Amino acid sequence: MLSDLTVAIASGKGGTGKTTVSSNLACAASQAGGEVYYVDCDVEEPNGHLFLKPRITGSRRIYVPVPAVDEEKCTYCGLCSEICQYSAIVCLNKTILTFENMCHGCGGCSLVCPVGAISEKGRDIGVLEEGRSGPINFIHGRLTVGEAMSPPMIKAVLSTGKKGAFRIIDAPPGTSCPAITSIKSADYVILVTEPTPFGINDLGLAIDMVSELGVPFSVVVNRSETNNHLARNYCSARGVRILAEIPDDRRVAEVYSRGELVFDAIPDFRGYFTDILISLGKEAKR
Amino acid sequence: MKEIVVISGKGGTGKTSLSASLAALAGRSVVADCDVDAADLHLVMNPRIKRTENFFGGKKASVNPEKCSGCGRCIEVCRFEAIIRDEEGHTYQVDPFSCEGCGVCSFFCPEKAVDFKLVVNGQWFISETPYGPMVHARLGVAEDNSGKLVALVRNQAKMIAQREDLPFIIVDGPPGIGCPVIASITGADAVLIVTEPSVSGEHDMERVFHLARYFKIPAYLCVNKFDINPGVTGKIYEKAKAEGIAVLGGIHYDRSVIDAQIKKKPVVALNGGTASEDIRRVWINLLDQIKEEGKE
Repeated sequence: MLSDLTVAIASGKGGTGKTTVSSNLACAASQAGGEVYYVDCDVEEPNGHLFLKPRITGSRRIYVPVPAVDEEKCTYCGLCSEICQYSAIVCLNKTILTFENMCHGCGGCSLVCPVGAISEKGRDIGVLEEGRSGPINFIHGRLTVGEAMSPPMIKAVLSTGKKGAFRIIDAPPGTSCPAITSIKSADYVILVTEPTPFGINDLGLAIDMVSELGVPFSVVVNRSETNNHLARNYCSARGVRILAEIPDDRRVAEVYSRGELVFDAIPDFRGYFTDILISLGKEAKR
Repeated sequence: MKEIVVISGKGGTGKTSLSASLAALAGRSVVADCDVDAADLHLVMNPRIKRTENFFGGKKASVNPEKCSGCGRCIEVCRFEAIIRDEEGHTYQVDPFSCEGCGVCSFFCPEKAVDFKLVVNGQWFISETPYGPMVHARLGVAEDNSGKLVALVRNQAKMIAQREDLPFIIVDGPPGIGCPVIASITGADAVLIVTEPSVSGEHDMERVFHLARYFKIPAYLCVNKFDINPGVTGKIYEKAKAEGIAVLGGIHYDRSVIDAQIKKKPVVALNGGTASEDIRRVWINLLDQIKEEGKE
């Protein structure tokens, strides 16, 4: 039984099986007892709810701070547009323009304004929902379509729920801001890959990312084939541990396409997920 | 010149395999890889790099410990938890992975101890492939500003297409619906959405439909591996119809798609294979649709 541990499931390439691994791991962990959180940080395209089918018990809107200018007080000195790195506030002669969707919410403009003309208001970027799927605690965020910046939503998702539990983070794909925000504070990262040339190339980028962040990690090879050594050779060349291999099986693809959990639908696959948990327990102690 | 962007919402649905094949079918055209933080297109396009440039995405703060008096003004003003206090609390440092590049700490530091300088966030390349020029990039490890790099790649692709009077720009887009995706599609002539017949593929595709509509870009759909779950494929086609999105066809699940990756070639460059035939049909249907769109 794992507790007080945050494990992020990440990958460079999309579609390698992050949600499959994290949702089934959450099932395996909840059966072993203890408090489990499934935290979906892929706020652009959250999918975990399609498999865990949680009963949503609470939701709240997430806001980011943006400037609100009181033009009565404004002297058009232009300091705000000087400090802003994102061209989100522009002072032209006797006009102040704000571009709210460019704003990163740093608060620089309101701090620098010498006459106190800039306050802040909240801008809605999406919804955060909490719920339960059987014994599993469920959290996800849904960024509003058209919104560019996902990190504030990811941070809101990450700061929700009780600390001290076993938390499984389903991270977004890629190796830039959204992925980094999701895994930076994790205790451990599992990189899910598939043994294809694209999969291995992006695994390499993901390994570079987690190494740079300094978070301990290992690899799970999904859709593994006995005679395909691409992932094994690559990991051994880079000295990276393979925590588990989940074999390629048409049944898994079918179960996934229907939105079912492998853990429930294919009993002979349960062992893969319980084994990952056991290995995680050992890794976390190190 | 028409710029066509391949996106998906969900990752791993076949964007790169499809983009490479469309680039091969389009005649001499420009191909651009806008999935700058997990770029794979170069693996099947055999690019010969002709030009390499540094990408300066934005500024980052760093504290000069010699000048830092330890007053803590920087940690007070930083909204991104990017300032780290050293053990004794005498000086402060910037965590580059949390720094948002806003420069507020530098502006307010009374000792002028925080440098705020342009940093190299990655590299971009102009290459020649057997199918035409290619613009691609590599975001630095754990770097941000991917949206700006995407915009730069598209701009370069457009300049080449105009200069050489090439008919198409094929853009391999990133997954998701956020910053780099928005930077990939704004102002494009068409988006081609490629999804897969799973509940996730269906869910994510709907959000991409809405994104294309939000930015008023004509969208077309094709379903990769449509034969894996014909039931879900049917539902996806119905949804597309309801949204007024033209379906260009399905692509069979076909082992030759992986074989093409292993042989470092676009799928349509291999002989035979059902996927190759399907992709050719998708391309022909896309051309018809774009022609129709032009008439309206």
